[in-house]
Amino acid sequence: MGLFLLGLIRVLTGAQARWYGCPPKAEQRIYFANHQSHADLVMIWAALPQELRSITRPIAARDYWTKTPLRQWITTAVFNAVYVDRERKEGEDPLQPLVDALASGDSIIIFPEGTRGHGEEPQPFKSGLYTLAQKFPHAVLVPAWIDNIQRVMPKGEVVPVPILCSVTFGAPVRVEAGEERRAFLDRARLAVLALRDV
Amino acid sequence: MNQFLRSLTPSQQVAALFLLVFGILVVVSITAFLLSFRQDRGAHGDAWHEELRNFRQLLATSWVMVVVFWLAWAIGDVMATVLFALIAFFALREFISLSPTRRGDHRSLVLAFFVVLPVQFWLVGTRHFDLFSVFIPVYVFLAIPLVSAVSGDTQRFLERNAKLQWGIMVCVFGMSHVPALMLLQFPGRNYEGKQAFLVFFLVMVVQTCMLVQHLVTRKLRKPPSLPEVSQSFNWYPWALGMAVGSIAGGVLSFITPFKPGQALGMAFVACVAGSMGHLVMKALKRDRGVTAWGHRGLSVTGANGLLDRVDALCFAAPIFFHSVRWYFGVDAGVRP
Repeated sequence: MGLFLLGLIRVLTGAQARWYGCPPKAEQRIYFANHQSHADLVMIWAALPQELRSITRPIAARDYWTKTPLRQWITTAVFNAVYVDRERKEGEDPLQPLVDALASGDSIIIFPEGTRGHGEEPQPFKSGLYTLAQKFPHAVLVPAWIDNIQRVMPKGEVVPVPILCSVTFGAPVRVEAGEERRAFLDRARLAVLALRDV
Repeated sequence: MNQFLRSLTPSQQVAALFLLVFGILVVVSITAFLLSFRQDRGAHGDAWHEELRNFRQLLATSWVMVVVFWLAWAIGDVMATVLFALIAFFALREFISLSPTRRGDHRSLVLAFFVVLPVQFWLVGTRHFDLFSVFIPVYVFLAIPLVSAVSGDTQRFLERNAKLQWGIMVCVFGMSHVPALMLLQFPGRNYEGKQAFLVFFLVMVVQTCMLVQHLVTRKLRKPPSLPEVSQSFNWYPWALGMAVGSIAGGVLSFITPFKPGQALGMAFVACVAGSMGHLVMKALKRDRGVTAWGHRGLSVTGANGLLDRVDALCFAAPIFFHSVRWYFGVDAGVRP
């Protein structure tokens, strides 16, 4: 099933990975990317090489990806996704599942905008990336730009159309000593945005 | 020799042709491979090695194309149609990727990829020749803008729909005429089972014309005739390519149902259509701001340049097909 899905994604989008700034490497990483469609996590999963796919867990919005049995099955059995709640509940840390995943040594894929953007440019990043970077200083933060995916399946459509997409991975960023939360998040956002024109 | 070839059955003749082409490719490939071992850069220089590398890339493309055509012939009409449908699919995917579409176009795109493309090739496969030549220009011509209009987005309406219709015309309509050639009937000309030769003839003359044009352009380095469109295009190498392509067609007349003069004329028509189509696509790429559909350094879409290789064929095939049908009055109907 995983192979079938991968083949389908390749036929529809090409799912080409472009590594600019860092090679694909089996170290603990936090990939952070722009978010334009629910298919983003599928794209980035397909673009990673086979060896990294098994140690990298994308995050998935719990409400969307557990709505039908098929979606739930794909995200658990194929993607091995980490579910997060988009609605904040009382007394719960929304980052806890991510912290658990990182603590067990996996790499993760996150979308720090929090919600899917409509415009050309990504929205300001939420603070989760900064918090995770502080908690796991040895994890390498890799920015990624997912191109064209919003054209494959815009919000509210069911049938995807075949359009070539690519995922560009850039040079890792790190939190400088004493860097402020907001300054770092803006810098990370610009790092993602810069990959659009590479 | 000639007697021997004529005594073979049609499919044996086609097989012999492929054997010949594969043989030539093997010899050329081995030569290029052995040449690449030469280390004395003093005598040849880096430029020579660069040239050789370019040539080997061209060779690799030729291998792929020949294998594709061989497969198309070997696996039969139905699978050949499917094969060309796949090529059309990937070409259209490249075309659409580099033409900006809006959200309102989504349904039209679904229609183009998952309805129009399969139906067109199904019409070819089932030999509905009268319908297949009007399906896209007549019916789809209305259906695509209708779906766009229903989606309610009128911004740059004409431009968006024109782009889509154009992409379908080139990639789907044009490409579907290649397998259609294999289904043409020439009553009274003893051409049953040899239609694969017609595809070979078309590809061969168009490629010869393009290749000669390319080589002459690189040798002569004339100033471009149309600098706004192409940095390399010049009418003089074009005319040379035209002449060589047409003569190649005349020489190849023994594999076609045409007499040498007719073959020359048909080859000329195909070469004009192919090379002019290629020029049109160049203008289109300029408009989109890319030098090639799959230039790795420039395009972020990861297109692999399939359209660059098949665009001449996409324009040549329908014109060749309809010229043959019209001139020879051949019936493309049911096989006896």
